[in-house]
Amino acid sequence: MRIRGREHAAGVTHAASWPPAAALLALAVALLAPLAGAWARGDTQPVPFRVVDDGIPEPLTSQPGDVERGRAVALDRSLGNCITCHEMPVRADFQGNLGPPLEGLASRYTLPELRLRVVDSKRINPESNMPSFYRIEGLYNVRRDWAGRTMLTAQQVEDLLAYLMTLR
Amino acid sequence: MKIGMVLAGLAAASLSAVVAFAEGERPPNRPIPDPQSGRHFATPDTLAIQDDDFLNPAFLWVEEGEQAWNRVEGTAGQSCASCHNDATESMRGVRARMPAYHPRLQRVVTLEQQVNICRTERMGAPALPIDSRPLNAITTYIALQSRGMPVNVDISGPARRFFDEGERFYNTRRGQLDMRCATCHEENYGRYLRADLLSQGMSNGFPTYRLKEQRVISLQFRLMGCVQDVRGQPPAMGSEEFTNLEFYLAWRAQGLPVESPAVRR
Ligand code: HEC
Ligand code: HEC
Repeated sequence: MRIRGREHAAGVTHAASWPPAAALLALAVALLAPLAGAWARGDTQPVPFRVVDDGIPEPLTSQPGDVERGRAVALDRSLGNCITCHEMPVRADFQGNLGPPLEGLASRYTLPELRLRVVDSKRINPESNMPSFYRIEGLYNVRRDWAGRTMLTAQQVEDLLAYLMTLR
Repeated sequence: MKIGMVLAGLAAASLSAVVAFAEGERPPNRPIPDPQSGRHFATPDTLAIQDDDFLNPAFLWVEEGEQAWNRVEGTAGQSCASCHNDATESMRGVRARMPAYHPRLQRVVTLEQQVNICRTERMGAPALPIDSRPLNAITTYIALQSRGMPVNVDISGPARRFFDEGERFYNTRRGQLDMRCATCHEENYGRYLRADLLSQGMSNGFPTYRLKEQRVISLQFRLMGCVQDVRGQPPAMGSEEFTNLEFYLAWRAQGLPVESPAVRR
């Protein structure tokens, strides 16, 4: 991402010596390209958040999470896909067991603690094999169609958390 | 270089000891001391297909490979058999010791690449695309000649740095899921990833008939799948990166019997 930003900055500097129309066009392209990209991918640039102790106290969105949508996020292969690695209290033939069962999560953790574990569990344990669902920094060799995006949007994280909090 | 070559001619054994020392090698670390073949994790019905050569669909590839072995192709008017005669004798043990260091090319080559080296350099025939049906047919036929022999690749001397590259690839977290090969195949074998029972990711059954693909696949095709599963960007099949990784994987499976052509779901 940072490299991309530098390229755009260079483009704008050079534009000063070009014919005005071309310069304007170049400027427009430079300014709009990242926006167009973000729009095409859905808004997946991470919003800033604050880690306090072992959790993230404030929600990532102003709209509260929705339990039903969150359950769908947990099961969808292209979204949370939690069931691939965790047993869940739902009826489904094949459930993974790389991580611990999700049943009883809400009794083990507070909402802020769960939020940090979904957003970026590597902040708790750098050797964790639990994917970071809301991080783009510090990843290596990401497939092109996923590069620069978080796995879930802020709203999907909040929806998911609403569902996880029902797992007592 | 020249001095090295003269020395090599004089005392190859002592030179390899010198090279080993000069490159400051630590002994490789084997995270799985008692490796288990993928067959240990396969379902009984899959194994029933693998263990019966008449049921195992990979034997169609074996037949095609045997025909290709004897077929003259290319401008030199030669077949594999023109140089190597009877594959059941000359190719015995080859799958078990490959990938291997190629002194003239000064890199490690896979069995697939060696077949293509013979085709382009000796036969005047075009290289076959990696993982294509005709190439998989020849490598499956060749691999069959080593069935039951222990995997035994040589990572010493000049081969070592390619091994180290492969080891590094294996242990590097990658992709959006930020996982290493070892995440699944060392830390979690025996556990389920959805419907898949995770094995130790051993390579001794390749080329393998994959039921899902309904064809024989080469090892590097499987590796592409594993990298894509963690939402990583895989290198090309036949690339140096995957070749070195394949070399490392072979060493990980050292001592396991060659089981190609295995059958997997
Ligand atoms: C690719 C595998 C994988 C996926 C997908 C995955 N997890 Fe995990 N998760 C793990 C592993 C492994 C752990 C064990 C702890 C560790 O390694 O840090 C874990 C731990 C956790 C924990 C901490 C549990 C505890 O009791 O300490 C929570 C909460 C969690 N996962 C929730 C989720 C949710 C929600 C999803 C889907 C959005 C999800 N996980 C998807 C692998 C996964
Ligand atoms: C997210 C989990 C995961 C990761 C990470 C992963 N694999 Fe796999 N791999 C699988 C699954 C699932 C299979 C199919 C079941 C099995 O044989 O384990 C498989 C199969 C294999 C096989 C075939 C084994 C056989 O007996 O047929 C090999 C070889 C392999 N993986 C190597 C690798 C390598 C090398 C890497 C790293 C580049 C890697 N895997 C990363 C999940 C993974």
